[in-house]
Amino acid sequence: MLRFILHRIFMLGPVLFGVTLVSFSLLHLVPGDPAEILAGQEATKEDVDRIRVEYGLDKPLAVQYVRFLVNAAQGDLGISIQSRHPVRELLFQRLIFTLQLSLASILVASAIGLLAGIVSSTRQYSVFDNASMLGALFGISMPIFWLGLLLILVFAVKLQWLPSGGTGGLRYLILPAIALGSASAAVIARMTRASMLEVTRQDYIRTARATGYRESVVIFRHALKNAMIPVVTVFGLEFGTMLGGAVLTETVFALPGIGRLLVEGIFMRDYPVVQGAMMAVATTFVLVNLLTDVAYAFFDPRIRYE
Amino acid sequence: MAVQVAETLRERQERVAAGGELADLWRRLRRNRAAIVGVVIVVVFVLLAVLAPALVPFSPIHGDLNDRLQPPSVTHWLGTDELGRDLLSRILFGARISLEIQLVSVVLALIVGVALGSVGGYLGGYVDNVIMRCMDVLLAFPTIFLALAIIAALGTGLYNLMLAAGIASVPQFARIVRASILSLKEREFVEAARALGGGSNRIMFRHLLPNCLAPIIVQSTLRMATVLLTASGLSFLGLGVQPPTPEWGAMLSNARSYLIVAPHVATIPGLAIMVVVVGFNLFGDGLRDTLDPRLRQ
Repeated sequence: MLRFILHRIFMLGPVLFGVTLVSFSLLHLVPGDPAEILAGQEATKEDVDRIRVEYGLDKPLAVQYVRFLVNAAQGDLGISIQSRHPVRELLFQRLIFTLQLSLASILVASAIGLLAGIVSSTRQYSVFDNASMLGALFGISMPIFWLGLLLILVFAVKLQWLPSGGTGGLRYLILPAIALGSASAAVIARMTRASMLEVTRQDYIRTARATGYRESVVIFRHALKNAMIPVVTVFGLEFGTMLGGAVLTETVFALPGIGRLLVEGIFMRDYPVVQGAMMAVATTFVLVNLLTDVAYAFFDPRIRYE
Repeated sequence: MAVQVAETLRERQERVAAGGELADLWRRLRRNRAAIVGVVIVVVFVLLAVLAPALVPFSPIHGDLNDRLQPPSVTHWLGTDELGRDLLSRILFGARISLEIQLVSVVLALIVGVALGSVGGYLGGYVDNVIMRCMDVLLAFPTIFLALAIIAALGTGLYNLMLAAGIASVPQFARIVRASILSLKEREFVEAARALGGGSNRIMFRHLLPNCLAPIIVQSTLRMATVLLTASGLSFLGLGVQPPTPEWGAMLSNARSYLIVAPHVATIPGLAIMVVVVGFNLFGDGLRDTLDPRLRQ
């Protein structure tokens, strides 16, 4: 198992290297002088020249990239052009909200998705099965931002049960978590149903039933454990989808997360913030995928030995 | 194995004799009711997009401020928006814009993805490793973040949106084509083509890629749905199509401020996006079930 984990960590190296390269390239793909962009619109020629020397922008690109890499490894992601605060500080402040939202969304998605998938598989072709798969289809097809607006209209405006946005406790996370988690719940429900149907057709399940176990024991003690193996990989992929969807959800519900920071950075042409946010999100996603791979290997020993 | 091949060939000849590959495909697709619903939705969407200039009752760009935020009526079937523009006209022209974005993005992703995937899968070794690691790097970014990064570098607007959505879809095509090429390149028919003196180009274009068409078609159909969600999401954030061009995501963004007084302005564009995405998903799922050789047997 340790060898498997070390191998996976080793394989991350090229991917993380590529992530830093893409983030670094961003500033240099923008039309114009990177020094003028970093100095801001109101900077004088002296400011621009000073920024050019300070940031090493007069050096060759390869040297600039190595300096960027070394700084990033030490946690120095530059200074925000707009706020003049270290990008690292801004990211830490905002990442917490995005992680809270993503975690809440994963919980919502897991609860709804797993339950719907399990019940659908045990009642295949029933009204519940057809309804839940239809619901799953609409769940993956519905734009997150539209669902968010509809939830605000119904629960915040008409019924006044929940707040329409902002921060301040668990109540403020409910509607955003439902909006963000619904698409993932649909994917998890479909995956769980397919996996459970495959597992419950195996001989050992037939044996368990023949032995006289209650159906609930057969499903939850024997079938579910093996059916969860492919579903675990979906959790990792869906976390990435949620990080992306968080951009839209944070905008709809006015949450101060990293997605909104990125969008604000793009509008303000605050490229250090954009670079930092891109690296933070990609690195988080890569690490979550690593954890998913490890969890998959933990549940399925065959993977470790391949 | 030889017996299986002979039966498959005979079956195939009978099918082709009965009316061609496409007719056989349609016959099998027709049995899937959900796929037919998807086909109908997609066909209606494409027809409305193509015929929009002939169908719209009012200008999608200019409106009458005296008719702002009107609910659906006999004059304005879907009501009016915050600038008094007819919502039905904007939805129809929005369909045109959406279809344009989907087609350009998916074709771009297809061309680049198929090229990378086939080169990597066929050549293998170092070339395959480099290409797949590049795809892994692109996949390390959530799709909308990657599209946002491209928009950040290139700026907003319709063409940059198409480019961003297209580039973000390249890894999926590359992986699928690579997997198909890997499974096909060691088959006997490829070996036979090589023995007959076929060069790499001939083998790739005459033998390998035509046999990869099924997964490419399925992926293209499903990506049309994903691209629509990505593009409308970017426009919702204000980083895609710019006003006054009618794009469904941008229309939703403008409608946020009027959610309470005129909910129809927010409901209808979102419903349009959802229906079209459902259509492409049902169609894509149906194509996948129809074209899967295991299910065919």
